[in-house]
Amino acid sequence: MNPSFLQPPAVGRPRPIAVPAFAERTLRTGLRVIAVRRPSVPRAEIRLRIPAGIAHDSGNGVRARLLPETLLGGTADRSSFEIAKELQRLGAGLDTHADADDLVLSGGVLVENLSAYLDLAASILTTPTFPASEIAVARDRLAQEILISRSQPQTTAAEAMAARLYGKHPYGRGLPDPDAVRRTGRAPIARFHAERVVPKGATMIVVGDIRPERALDAAEAAFGRWRRKAAAGKIDGPAVPTAGVPLQIVDRPGSVQTTIQIGGAALPRNHQDFLSLALANLVFGGYFTSRLVKNIRESKGYTYSPRSLISHRKLASTLQIIADVGTEVTAPALLEIRYELGRMAALRVEQEELDAARRYLAGITALQLTTQAGVASYLDAIVAAGLAPDYLKGFRAALERVGTDEVREMAARYLAPTNLVTVLVGDRAAIARDVAALEPVAD
Amino acid sequence: MSRTGTRPRSGAVARARTHIAIERTTLRNGLRVVVSPDRSSPAVFVAAYYDVGFRSEPKGRTGFAHLFEHLMFEGSVNLPKGKHDELTTGNGGWNNGSTRNDFTNYYEMMPSNALELALFLEADRMRGIALTPENLRNQTDVVKEEIKVNVKNAPYGGFSWLYLPQVLFNTFPNAHDAYGDFNDLEAATLDDAHAFFDRYYAPGNCVLVVAGDADPDKTFAMAARHFGDIPAREVPATVDAEEPVPPKERRKVHTDPHAPQPAVAVGYRTPDPIRNLDDYVAATLLSSLLTDGEASRLFQRLVKHDRIASHVGGSVGLVAGTFEVRGPSMFEISAMYHGAADPAPVLRSIDEEIARVIDGVDAEELARFTNATRANVLGALDSLEQRGMWIAAMEQQRGRAEMINDIPELLARVTPADVSRVAAEWLRPAARAVLDWRPGAVA
Repeated sequence: MNPSFLQPPAVGRPRPIAVPAFAERTLRTGLRVIAVRRPSVPRAEIRLRIPAGIAHDSGNGVRARLLPETLLGGTADRSSFEIAKELQRLGAGLDTHADADDLVLSGGVLVENLSAYLDLAASILTTPTFPASEIAVARDRLAQEILISRSQPQTTAAEAMAARLYGKHPYGRGLPDPDAVRRTGRAPIARFHAERVVPKGATMIVVGDIRPERALDAAEAAFGRWRRKAAAGKIDGPAVPTAGVPLQIVDRPGSVQTTIQIGGAALPRNHQDFLSLALANLVFGGYFTSRLVKNIRESKGYTYSPRSLISHRKLASTLQIIADVGTEVTAPALLEIRYELGRMAALRVEQEELDAARRYLAGITALQLTTQAGVASYLDAIVAAGLAPDYLKGFRAALERVGTDEVREMAARYLAPTNLVTVLVGDRAAIARDVAALEPVAD
Repeated sequence: MSRTGTRPRSGAVARARTHIAIERTTLRNGLRVVVSPDRSSPAVFVAAYYDVGFRSEPKGRTGFAHLFEHLMFEGSVNLPKGKHDELTTGNGGWNNGSTRNDFTNYYEMMPSNALELALFLEADRMRGIALTPENLRNQTDVVKEEIKVNVKNAPYGGFSWLYLPQVLFNTFPNAHDAYGDFNDLEAATLDDAHAFFDRYYAPGNCVLVVAGDADPDKTFAMAARHFGDIPAREVPATVDAEEPVPPKERRKVHTDPHAPQPAVAVGYRTPDPIRNLDDYVAATLLSSLLTDGEASRLFQRLVKHDRIASHVGGSVGLVAGTFEVRGPSMFEISAMYHGAADPAPVLRSIDEEIARVIDGVDAEELARFTNATRANVLGALDSLEQRGMWIAAMEQQRGRAEMINDIPELLARVTPADVSRVAAEWLRPAARAVLDWRPGAVA
């Protein structure tokens, strides 16, 4: 040991968060395009978000889930194999998936092929042919994926949580039945595409080694002729229960861990109090040096990666606390999580704790903006939340304004244990008695 | 060739080159320091790569290298437990560590004003760690929960990355359970940890990498200031993990109580990653050709044509990436398939497709895969973290961080004949390992 301890070196002021310079154009069809120049590598990244997600499928969600699996099945002038080969020639990747709200196309390309890539993406999006053979393969794969997904305790817990929080609202639907997937034919998918895949309400982000105006021109050239009227249909937001929902155990016999998920309402990103809630969440369990991690991992050793996070859908934001804990320490882990939630709700956080969380949030936001893909994904999330692309301009100042009073108020409302719903997936016979000693358990 | 549409400009591939700067020095205690300056973002990646990994573990202490990695976060000479993490996150960054076959790494991603702090943090734990029985107990528990969440409680947990090498290889350094037998983990003592630190965590057994917003000369001076007075110690000899290629097929049935569907993974040995780099690179393109994406031979065969599999995957490398392996490496193909647990039809199709590759590969086809792979590499290099990790592994294992700029050229040099020859030489059914993964209760 050294006779006198060395002190960590002082850290100077961070450079300010650079707000990416952007250009924006809304095409006459309604498609909004936002472009940012980032010349770090000779590539470009795109994110295209169309309000044709799972909640827009009025049935069981199968059509909205099959659409991204079959979009690349063929266009007017290319088979699926030819599309795949063309992407390779362009030095490009293109991923399609559906989230609760949107159909999302995302990918990257060598920047000098950006125009050809956007042309290809436009033809995939607007002239898919949905060949029967491709649909048959996509159905089998999706059905298999659902089976595999359901065998994961985290998915089981998430499905139970969605049902408890959102009930009959489309957000409350879990994964569809694999048999329903296998029964779905071409016509419903094509119809869902025709009704929902429209430019109005769609947003595209382009980030790459290209001047923003040129990127906008390329996007307009490729997508300008995409016109189609939106079908009627509007979804209302869900009502989220905030109190009195008993803990639910989903039995998984023989499980060596219990998957704990605790959830409740949260604020959307464009709410004036959102950053106060975000900081409260960080202090509680949102990063490695949070109270939750220090307690049930670094002190008790009950779990490997406990965390809390806020996730957003267009009509509902959710706060979730997640931990996979050893079966034999299920009740003790639950007790500690409750204790930490109660501390957040009933006591003021330390100023230094809040300042550390603030510096972390400012820092990792800046770090996320150091790649083309990072900038594209960040802008995509910001804009989807209804915020301006230059939201970051006032970000650090807004963070600075949050004090311990604001955090206390948000925690009392959103982290109070009585306002949260708990789901456990684990070996009921091994855990039920101890858990029931702590709180009521649903039958 | 596509029937219509735009052809990529011929310059596309030529531009997919990098000019990543590399500067290096060696301190008198043997610490190698590599700086790769890039001032485009106010961010810096700092990593310490120690030449110790799964292959260094003694018999009776499986999983110890990884458990020890956890202990490196539990307090050091001048910092109590938790302080390392608090200084990282509280200054706007994050840290992590990982254990691989041939190295253990520790890294920080920080706003660049915190560069010197990150160097201090790595130097402080290289000076010595503060071990207590409580911390050892705590992290043994955390590691066991990590293994449960990733392997024992997860469908397909550890499938091709953890279990397939145990079938392909035959000697302890390569074939033991790298995550660790629970009895071995429980048996680990503080004396084991001290001996492990003394033996492997010497300055001369480490490569320190700084990538990003850092001036090389100033960084070398800072490194000398913080690491320079750590005494030199003897550096252990590199583990010789060579072993013969399997003389006949090795096969193992693994029963997974959580998996809903059967799966199969096939492993082959590869050309030596260091001594036969050209053929090793050819093997990576062979892997792409067979399993990378919709255009690949085995996706077309197993998913589209046979309609027997829902997922096809493949890679060259071990749990460490392709160019992060020094010892014997692995060529892996895996598939999840429908129906009864009998891998024979999948294996037959794999063998037939490999035979077709041996018969000859079309130049246009290989060019597409080469182009796509080079574009992917370029995308990966946009991330400071990925760039820094490759630089570190290349310097540690090859003494040549500059190889990071060679990858595009190495890929471009591979000919169709090389791919066929490497397939014939290495992908022989008689020299493979088959991991036959079956759903069902463990007997």
